[in-house]
Formats: sequence, C-alpha cells, structure tokens
Amino acid sequence: MMRLPAARGALSAALLRALAQPTPGDRLPTSWAEPEPDGEADAAITLWTLQELGYRGFADVDETWEWHPDLVALRVALERDLEVRLRKRWADEGHAATAADPAVALFDLIDQHDGPSLARHLHHHGTVEQAHELLRQRSIYHLKEADPTSWVLPRLGTRVKAALMTIQFDEYGAGDPTRLHHHLFERGLAAAGIEAGYGAHIDEALPAVLEQNCALTMFGLHRRLRGSALGHLAAVEATSSLPSQQLAQAFTRLGLPAAMVAYYDEHIEADAVHEQLAVRDVCAALVAEEPQLLDDVLFGAWTCLDLEARTATALLSRWGVPE
Amino acid sequence: MNDDVETPATVVLCAGGPALIRGPVTVEDADGVRHTSTRPVSALCRCACTSRAPWCDGTHKRLPAGKRP
Repeated sequence: MMRLPAARGALSAALLRALAQPTPGDRLPTSWAEPEPDGEADAAITLWTLQELGYRGFADVDETWEWHPDLVALRVALERDLEVRLRKRWADEGHAATAADPAVALFDLIDQHDGPSLARHLHHHGTVEQAHELLRQRSIYHLKEADPTSWVLPRLGTRVKAALMTIQFDEYGAGDPTRLHHHLFERGLAAAGIEAGYGAHIDEALPAVLEQNCALTMFGLHRRLRGSALGHLAAVEATSSLPSQQLAQAFTRLGLPAAMVAYYDEHIEADAVHEQLAVRDVCAALVAEEPQLLDDVLFGAWTCLDLEARTATALLSRWGVPE
Repeated sequence: MNDDVETPATVVLCAGGPALIRGPVTVEDADGVRHTSTRPVSALCRCACTSRAPWCDGTHKRLPAGKRP
C-alpha cells in the first residue's frame, strides 16, 4: 500500500502530522492550526494527498480520515483555489469556440494548441535516463489511468453515459484484467526495473504533474465540473495516438523491455478509437443535451493541454533541450 | 436531459477521420490477410496513410484538411 508523500511545506507537514494519528474524532485535535500553504507545490501535494484518501488510501492511515469534516473543508478550499487559478489561465488565453458544432470546436482547440512535445524529443534524441524519468512522472497518473473519469459516470444522461462506458470498458481491459491499461503500465515499469508501486514516485512529481492529477480528480468529483472532466478526457485521447507511436519507437530504439513498449503500442489504436468517441459521442452529445456546458468542455480540454505543455517545458528544461 | 435515444449505428463514418465499427470485427485486406479486433469499437483507416493498416493510427490529422477523408 502507498506510503504518505514527503511534505513540501507547512500545510502538507501539518496534514501529514494529522494523518499519522490513528483515530480521528469529529474534530481535528486542538494542535491542528491549519497554516497557509508555502506556495503552489505545498498546496498541490496537500490536495493530492487529500484526494488520494478517496482512491486507494495510504498505509497506516485510518480510512475514516477520508470524510473527516475538517479535511473535506480543506480539500474543498484547495480545489476552489486550483479552479480559480486554472480558470484565470484559460481566461488569459482568451479562447472562444471556433465553430457552432461542438465536435469541430473541440477538435479545433486541440489541433491549434501548440505545446512542446516530449514524445518528439524522445523519438529523435532521448536517452534511457530521460525515458525513465518520463515514465516515473507519468506513473502518477498512468497507475490509475481512467479512474478519475469514472467518477463522472453517475452524473450523465443515458446516451453520454453509454458512450463514456464504451471508452472506460476498453480502458479497463474489456473484461480481461491482463489488458487493463494501468496494469499494462505497471507491468511495463516492473519489466524496465522501475519501482511500479502505486504512488511510488510521488516525491519527485513535478508541480505541473501534481496540478494535472489534482485537476483531473477535481473535475471528476464535482458534478458541476462534469463538462470539464469530459473535455479533459477528449484532449487526452485526441493527443495520444501519434505521440504513443513516437514513444513506442523511441523505447524500442533505447532497448526498453517489450512490456513497456506494449503499453504505448496498445494506445496507438485504442486512442484512435477513443478520440472519436470522446469528442463526438461523449463531449458533443453532452453539449447537445446541456448547451451551457460547452465552455466548461473547452476549459477542461485546454487545461489538460496547458498542464501537459507545462510538464513538457519543465522536463525539457531540466534536460537542457531547447523547446 | 434528453433521453430520447436510439441504438448507435454499426458503422459510423467520422468526418475527416476513420470509420468506427461497433463490436468484434475481422477485416480482410486486399492481399487476403485477415485482421481481427475484439475491441468494443474499432477504427478502420479511411485516409490510407496509417502505419497500422487496416486500423486508424491518427495519421489523418497530419494531412492537410483537403486530403482528409
């Protein structure tokens, strides 16, 4: 079971001290004095830890903490801050839908987003060390791939729910646990000699990676943000096939094991399907039912692409690669 | 919410993209080679530029708009 992460500031340190206590009562102990976060990384690791209480929890942490009123209040406050920050970035970009057809508007937004590409760098110039570092960063999401989007299912109408389930069923291996995507990633990591435990690499997760994961969970858990959750899904799926092909080729060139290549190989064809389903049958169908959600769908898609670009910029900068 | 739904078509032609085929499918190519997919939905290439024939690999997006299917 996952260990708690290291603190990244005063707020996460206070949370970790609280979670180390075995049996929370109705209120936090009087020693709890919720400090201000020491910047975005401290806020992000605190929020990530609070959200993970609802996924698989932590070793030696009492499960009743998940719904402790004071921790729920802290989670909601941190999610509000995150949403405000993400919406400000979106507003600063000044996007508007390019077409009346929501599928066209969504495809346009994704096609026109021009961020740096980690897959392109690794395809041509990447090293084994860079590949391993990318895989450790990706592990924060890929070891729970598809799970945050599953929170959205009960909030949807008949047609959109059936379409989303079609994608999720394929993500979860279509009934075959050996084809379940986050299991494929876990097997690939293990074959590559990289620690494959859930959350094992959280202490080196970049702030943009934490934000991406926290945003995805926030979108999934707030019914109000269902449009953004599905827009985020569409952006992931629509920017996956071609980069997955580049990464499969890069990892083959670098001699990574077949099990790791197989994860990316699977996503070439799978996500070529999911892209069409996510944009047309999920997002466009949602907007047809609830037209007021179009901006949230586009905001969710753009946020995914923006945080992915920030992740790529951070890694390329660390590797000394010009964008 | 609009719950007036109908059964999805077995084959859907996506504008500028692949054909989606619902359910397990076996495709025989021009050389007589058979390709089977057991995915819930499969995407058949329509731009003829895929590296994973007969399945879509997203390459149509690299084509100029006028060359897409």
